[in-house]
Amino acid sequence: MTITEFVVSRLNYWIYVILMMIGLFAMISKKNLIKKLIGMSIFQTAIILFYVSMGVKEESNIPILEHNIAHASDHAEASDHGQVEEIRAENYANPLPHVLMLTAIVVGVATLGVGLAVVQKIHQEFGTIEEPEILAKIKSGHG
Amino acid sequence: MIWQFDIIILGFLLIAAILALRETDLLSATMIFGVYSFLMCLLWAEMAAVDVAFTEAAVGAGASTVFLISTIYNTKRKSSD
Repeated sequence: MTITEFVVSRLNYWIYVILMMIGLFAMISKKNLIKKLIGMSIFQTAIILFYVSMGVKEESNIPILEHNIAHASDHAEASDHGQVEEIRAENYANPLPHVLMLTAIVVGVATLGVGLAVVQKIHQEFGTIEEPEILAKIKSGHG
Repeated sequence: MIWQFDIIILGFLLIAAILALRETDLLSATMIFGVYSFLMCLLWAEMAAVDVAFTEAAVGAGASTVFLISTIYNTKRKSSD
């Protein structure tokens, strides 16, 4: 396997790692609290990207059954009609990671909302949302 | 999965993520973050995860942008970094 194959065939995973590191860097190094929360959201969506990438198959369709495709249990009945096809798992993307990540998206927005509520409370208390100014005010006992 | 779309969307995704964090105007940063969420939504529709895609479009690009804008309205628009 050449190096370009190694990069291109796993491009989703490389980008997921880079996005996760961008989010982590923003959470650590940005001084503004809203910037930190945007970094947290990028971090969460990067993890969702990793999980959804695991369910992708080459040449696969969305995981919804069509009308003329029979279940495995009615295969005997279906074979009488002749034109009914079997379900083949390789034709559909794996829906299990999708369902798990549906919950993760909603939890991500809930954590973002709680974080922003805390930011508003901090702004009422200290009059600023910059971390060094807040720390200076706490140190001087002005809080 | 169509790898040409994949590469284009992933490239724009990285650009949007970096620009959203470099912008000092928080309202602009929020708008670019909305673009980032919408690109994520396109990526999931392209990776055959349609349920995740429309949840992201409604909740990620819609609700979290509104939350961020209302917080900026109640606090400050300028950021130091």
